[in-house]
Amino acid sequence: MFEYAPAPESVRPDIKEHYGLFIDGEFVDGQDVFKSVNPATEEVLFTVAEAGEADVARAVAAARRAQETVWGPMSGTERGKYLFRIARLLQERAREFAVAESLDNGKPIKETRDFDVPTAAQHFFYHAGWADKLSYAGLGADPKPLGVVGQVIPWNFPLLMLAWKIAPALACGNTVVLKPAETTPLTALMFAELCQEADLPAGVVNILPGAGAAGAAVVNSPVDKVAFTGSTAVGRAIAKAVAGSKKKVTLELGGKAANIVFDDAPIDQAVEGIVNGIFFNQGHVCCAGSRLLVQESVADDVLARLKERVSTLRVGDPLDKNTDIGAINSAEQLARITALTEAGRGEGADVWQPACDLPENGFWFRPTVFTGVQQSMRIAQEEIFGPVLSVLTFRTPDEAIAKANNTPYGLSAGVWTEKGSKILWAAERLRAGVVWANTFNQFDAASPFGGLKESGYGREGGRQGLEAYLDV
Amino acid sequence: MGSILSGAEAASLVRALPGVDAVGLEARAAGLSTRSVKTTSKAHAIDLAISMIDLTTLEGADTPGKVRSLAAKAMRPDGDAPATAAVCVYPSMVATAKEALQGSGVLVASVATGFPAGQVPLDVRLADTESAVRAGADEIDMVINRGAFLAGDLERVFHEIKAVKAASGDARLKVILETGELATYDAVRQASWLAMYAGADFIKTSTGKVGVNATLPVTLLMMQAVRDYRAATGIQVGVKPAGGIRNTKDAIKYLVTVNEVLGDDWLSNHWFRFGASSLLNDLLMQRQKLKTGHYSGPDYVTVD
Amino acid sequence: MSERLRVKKTYKLYVGGKFPRSESGRSYPVSSPDGTELANAALASRKDARDAVAAARKAQRPWAGQTAYLRGQILYRAAEMLEGRAGQFAEELADATGADPHDALGTVEAAIDRLVHYAGWTDKYTSVLGGANPVAGPYFNHTTPEPLGVVAVIAPQDDPLLGLVEAIAPAIATGNTVVVLASEAKPLPALSFGEVLATSDLPGGVVNLLSGKAAEVAPHLASHADVNGLDLTGADPELAASLEAAAAETLKVVRRPGKSGKALDLLRQWTEYKTVWHPAGMAAGAGGAY
Repeated sequence: MFEYAPAPESVRPDIKEHYGLFIDGEFVDGQDVFKSVNPATEEVLFTVAEAGEADVARAVAAARRAQETVWGPMSGTERGKYLFRIARLLQERAREFAVAESLDNGKPIKETRDFDVPTAAQHFFYHAGWADKLSYAGLGADPKPLGVVGQVIPWNFPLLMLAWKIAPALACGNTVVLKPAETTPLTALMFAELCQEADLPAGVVNILPGAGAAGAAVVNSPVDKVAFTGSTAVGRAIAKAVAGSKKKVTLELGGKAANIVFDDAPIDQAVEGIVNGIFFNQGHVCCAGSRLLVQESVADDVLARLKERVSTLRVGDPLDKNTDIGAINSAEQLARITALTEAGRGEGADVWQPACDLPENGFWFRPTVFTGVQQSMRIAQEEIFGPVLSVLTFRTPDEAIAKANNTPYGLSAGVWTEKGSKILWAAERLRAGVVWANTFNQFDAASPFGGLKESGYGREGGRQGLEAYLDV
Repeated sequence: MGSILSGAEAASLVRALPGVDAVGLEARAAGLSTRSVKTTSKAHAIDLAISMIDLTTLEGADTPGKVRSLAAKAMRPDGDAPATAAVCVYPSMVATAKEALQGSGVLVASVATGFPAGQVPLDVRLADTESAVRAGADEIDMVINRGAFLAGDLERVFHEIKAVKAASGDARLKVILETGELATYDAVRQASWLAMYAGADFIKTSTGKVGVNATLPVTLLMMQAVRDYRAATGIQVGVKPAGGIRNTKDAIKYLVTVNEVLGDDWLSNHWFRFGASSLLNDLLMQRQKLKTGHYSGPDYVTVD
Repeated sequence: MSERLRVKKTYKLYVGGKFPRSESGRSYPVSSPDGTELANAALASRKDARDAVAAARKAQRPWAGQTAYLRGQILYRAAEMLEGRAGQFAEELADATGADPHDALGTVEAAIDRLVHYAGWTDKYTSVLGGANPVAGPYFNHTTPEPLGVVAVIAPQDDPLLGLVEAIAPAIATGNTVVVLASEAKPLPALSFGEVLATSDLPGGVVNLLSGKAAEVAPHLASHADVNGLDLTGADPELAASLEAAAAETLKVVRRPGKSGKALDLLRQWTEYKTVWHPAGMAAGAGGAY
């Protein structure tokens, strides 16, 4: 046997006992205080101020003043330099941010270190370069910012979602009021400290931790634009709340992506793609490939390889460098995953999980594969947002596309085949904002991301992502 | 074991293999490379790696003295470090190596078949093989006919491997694909299966004599081939990356890959080898570091 | 010699390439601003709206699947047909709006030119809006605008032909199909425009025209789960707000009233971006040095 000894990450970030709200360049008290918990141990990491309506109003006023007097009038070149500086600071402090993210979120250090933090820095670097080139974005000769932007982000990629929101907003000349998720405010607050370190003018970035009520307060405040990433239910409520107003809105919501494996796929790479598609970040990914559609003729082979591969996944301490699957972010989310998995059993699907030990404390869920899943089952229809894969089969390409599109969502899709023309055929027909062919879960600042139908509207990243933050 | 397939059957099976996506394969190899192997695991991995080395010298300047020096190192690398698996030499040096290693359990592997290019007539390649076996080689490292393979004559490659297998008698046959010359992963997968269908006991990446030798993605691909071949036929085949693996860090990446792709069944020197020369000393220095707590230097391991 | 009795036109809906009466059997009188009764128009019901959405959905994939070149030729054909009937439309427009006949002809000509303009866009907006993205990895990455699907349009109330064309042309140029609720008080030019479209090789169902009461029909379009986009240009602010809220239920893309737009903005309004990734690594491989 070749067992890997524990390989804990040694860097420890400086986490304060208490964080305030970040308004107008200062940390200040809020209306209340709540705790942030390490989901891998259930220990309290720190306490943090909770924003109330008055705090939101103050933050929006600060952002308004900063937009009108400083950030809006500033030349694109200078704005860009601030963003470049932020990108560099993030790179310099990358490991601290990675460890903090793993502690607060539960995701493995391997991912925060190699994906979340570097990609967040890339988003600032990428958008920094746009700040003085907006006239070339194909959106008019001199596109104007919207003003103050209210942003509400989820807990699955706390720092990266912050970067996706703040970087383009600032590059386009807006100022922001951002509410991080209730369970994962840490890296947003560290980012606020980083803004101070970067000498970013006060009020350009305001960070308001809190729960749903704080998010609603941001949405309903006199901002010019609302950007939200999160559940379809909340997205729907936001779309209703802004109806009839002049607020521009973009929404990046849920998904139930199909990952289609044709019989002529590069099978070993497809298996990797399936694993990456659903087990990356514990499956807490809106674009996760949660429905595997495999051609019946190769289904047995693919499933056998998949189970063998999943058996090698290492579940446990997020700070161990060899951990593949970390902790579920919260007790609430664990309950939801458990409930939907029970529903899958109840509806007659066959469940398979590898034998692996789970830590005693904290929130954990074994990687799970459901076979014999039918379109009508809840596990084939509802977003589970956990490490649970539903496997369905198909006979013909047309059937694969029909099943893939048979969902109210439309965020992402995967296609696996060695035949180029089949890829293009499928990509054209799949109703999804992102199609990964012979790969899955790839992200890049230069590549627009976002969905259609009930997965929302608007894109983040790339030239097209700028539309969301300019008055066009 | 001789193949029960005809050349035409083997060629057609090989041509029907699914493709390899290069980026996906390399991404998987890169992912495996991030495993962090520390403390007790590292000590275990180092000794395992030492025991898997085919300590190799394949130079025009090889002499009996050089081979004896290498054999001594193979048997007793350093203190309580394990012996290497084998010593790998040219056919002309087999007798010397055999004598030097007598009774040690360290095997003698001989390259043969007109190594490294293989561009000599088949009868010469077979004679080369037979002479190495007669001189006492326990293992034969043959090269495939890359010219025939790239020209599409898979049947010919198959028959040649089969013939060398027959000429090798009881010696285990390692078939060198020379992956750097096959150029694409699809070709490596095809050559791997062709060699196994023809009776290879091991498939080996490289001669060490061309620009690109063993890489982790190529070796991963060959591991997937032996895994799938056993699933299909019940026959287990070994894997030997050779050339370019010079340090402990790299060797551990390969072991991690064996561990996670093939598992326990391949984690011994009967089924996995490193074709290497300078790797051994780096493993020994790392071994000393683990024992003493401080970094070692080249003057604390022997130059052989 | 008795005077010849003029054959009067019956104004019907245009749904799925056919000209049905309202399934409800209802109609409503349409007058010019000076009170002259012009005709009866079919009063569309929610079931007509449902049928129109079904027709639009059925036509959408095939329409989007046509080549951009062909879509352009069909839009140009519509311009040709309208040009041939410019006099009739000028008359109808003058009747509907009370405009000076000469001005009305100018508006018809502007509508014709708009169609020509969008005919030329069909095979260009993809290149202009989309493109290759230089991602930091071995991947080919490409973004293209794709049609949203079915778009419901509350057409402008006071600009019954040019405003209508301005709403329809960019939506169908990009491969969407539309269900249009024509100007409530001035629906006749729109319904005649259906005849132009019907003779322009435009497949049935790509454009569906309803006449009737916005407050009655529009909510059913706004809430219909199989509608992807909602153009509120012709809705008054109060109705627009409630329709937007209804549209939020299924997260439709909404164009609010009063939003001006250049051609490219309108084309972008009814498209959404699809980004496709693919590994770019075949040339590399086992002999990585190559």
